[in-house]
Amino acid sequence: MTKGRPEDLGPEVEQRPVVLTISGLTHFFESLRAVYDFSVTIKQGELVGLIGPNGAGKTTVFNLITGVYHATEGGIQYNGAHLVGLPSYEIIQMGIARTFQNIRLFSNLTVLDNVRIAYHPHAGYGLVDSTLRLRRFYDKEEDMTERAQEFLAIFGLAERQDDIAGSLPYGLQRRLEIARALATQPRLLLLDEPAAGMNPQEIDQLMDLIHFIRDRFDLTILLVEHRMRLVMNICEWITVMDFGEIIARGTPDVVRNDPSVIEAYLGRQAIIQ
Amino acid sequence: MWQRLRGSTAYFLIGALALFVIVQVFLTVEIQGTPIINNYWRGLIFWGAAITIVSLGLNLIYGFNGQFSLGQYGFYAIGAYTSADITYRYVRGDNSALIVVIGGSILTLLLMWGVSAFLKRFYGVNTITVFVFNVLAAVLGFGLAAGILVPIANPMLSAIFGALPTGVAQSVVFLFALVGGAVLSGIISFLFGIPVLELGSDYFGIATLGFTIIIKVLLDNTDTILPFPEMKGARGMVGIPQWTTWPWVFFSLFLVVLVMRNLLHSSTGRTIVAVREDERAAELVGIDIARSKILAFVIGSVFAGLAGGIRAHDLAFLHPQSFNFIQSFNPMIIVVFGGLGSITGTVFAGFAWIILLEGVLRLYLPGGFETWRFVVYPLVLILMMLLRPEGLLGQYEIPFLRQRLPGMLIRNETQTDELAVEEVVI
Repeated sequence: MTKGRPEDLGPEVEQRPVVLTISGLTHFFESLRAVYDFSVTIKQGELVGLIGPNGAGKTTVFNLITGVYHATEGGIQYNGAHLVGLPSYEIIQMGIARTFQNIRLFSNLTVLDNVRIAYHPHAGYGLVDSTLRLRRFYDKEEDMTERAQEFLAIFGLAERQDDIAGSLPYGLQRRLEIARALATQPRLLLLDEPAAGMNPQEIDQLMDLIHFIRDRFDLTILLVEHRMRLVMNICEWITVMDFGEIIARGTPDVVRNDPSVIEAYLGRQAIIQ
Repeated sequence: MWQRLRGSTAYFLIGALALFVIVQVFLTVEIQGTPIINNYWRGLIFWGAAITIVSLGLNLIYGFNGQFSLGQYGFYAIGAYTSADITYRYVRGDNSALIVVIGGSILTLLLMWGVSAFLKRFYGVNTITVFVFNVLAAVLGFGLAAGILVPIANPMLSAIFGALPTGVAQSVVFLFALVGGAVLSGIISFLFGIPVLELGSDYFGIATLGFTIIIKVLLDNTDTILPFPEMKGARGMVGIPQWTTWPWVFFSLFLVVLVMRNLLHSSTGRTIVAVREDERAAELVGIDIARSKILAFVIGSVFAGLAGGIRAHDLAFLHPQSFNFIQSFNPMIIVVFGGLGSITGTVFAGFAWIILLEGVLRLYLPGGFETWRFVVYPLVLILMMLLRPEGLLGQYEIPFLRQRLPGMLIRNETQTDELAVEEVVI
């Protein structure tokens, strides 16, 4: 538990390079302790789950990683670089992307523009080029649009490129949000409750999607989720939080049978029975 | 470049040229000793153009970037007084204002560039530090210009302008006066924006309202607190040369529309709109939202400054009362009226505002009606909000100003690729 990951994951995984190290992360809102002494170490290509009852501090951890909040204490390292104190946009540009619990698209803009906005840091042209409409503007803009369109095609949104994002059905909005996050060219993807509001069949498809993007874009994924079915099925290992602290860690099977996890989710009564 | 000339661009350019020529002809052809567009209407058209440019700036800040600002008239005033001072002094054989504004702006921009390069090397620099360094850069830049450049360059410039034909020298000075007013507005908005844009939109609105009030009070005291006796404080500045002509007005407006369109339909422009849509989401797809907000704010203020210069040299008289904070709601009303986020709508509403409300109503309705105008405006606004809250033209744009939708990309490889995914994806 001290080094932030379970011990029985096998030698092959252990040899991979570390992507994300969080150590002793603590965060207070005024006097409310939202996260306390949170540690996790994630290696290249892993698919890790972070679960816990409502208000356990899972989303706060995501917000701390992406610089929305700045941690009161503790360190976050991504590929060896310290993240605490950096502004969000720099963290994202370093290769971390995230989605939101409640979908946050640019809902009055087109599907294509949602993705193109995420390409902005790699636009390759500046204000002067666009104001004077220099050749470089046309070239790079075309290039960027084409990349965005290819990207949408991968996610099956090619025909929807001119639609207003907010008018898409819920499932497609989720998919677009994931596509937009991936358009920032991340190596680490943070998914905040991707299955929220989905029916069992949609969850099946979501699981396939998550596997697909991990292989296709060579990603490491950290996932916050409520839906046990999703977490237990796709995560390689899981960290369980309650009241801001880690209460259990291990493979899905270990976690499922851990008495403290059952207590946190179902109450003490469940164990006694 | 020419192969990229699209139909809509051609129509726009032809239309603009036609408008330019027609108005110019109407301004020169005289019937019974007065031009077809007489001085009264000429003033209204020029005024309409100026207010349109101010409103376009506000539309960039509020309509496209989502920052509720009441500071436009403050920057309008800065542009007006700055450019007026430059030409006022030039007419009286003194180039010092021109040198301080232009030279100081160049020095300040260079120093600010140095400051940003310097601060980039540090980790976690806070806003106040950035602000203080930039203020120092501005003080140093304008101080150097006033202290060192003026004594050296003043006689030189006088000699150069003396050698040029009067008309050319006058045009050059007027150009620099307009640019100077606009750039100074931009620099001040940058300094003001660094700490204030961090506030949320509503607080930002209040802060900019405060800014307008401060500027108005300063203008009331230009001859007492500030060292500009020629501005005559609350009595109003007179003796500004009346140099604004239709080509100046037209090309300023044309330039502003073009710059705004080119800016918005680019990657940077998309980030500006993204900040309006969802600030947090924009930040978390890797956009520097502080930069995006400052950019929109500064460009919007530069437009306001430019409009100020045009208005000052048409009216030839400036009074602080015309820049008070009640007036600063005018561009806000125009922008909301024309449609937030519509360039076409703002241009339309800007001219309609001046020509209908200031012109037609005054001329053709029975006397005494003008006192009712401020009953009519709010009523119209209330009706507008009830019946058509998205503004007169909503998000409509003429084709030239519309963002072109790229054609669909359907390729065979991606198609097959997609088919495989189609089954598995949600």
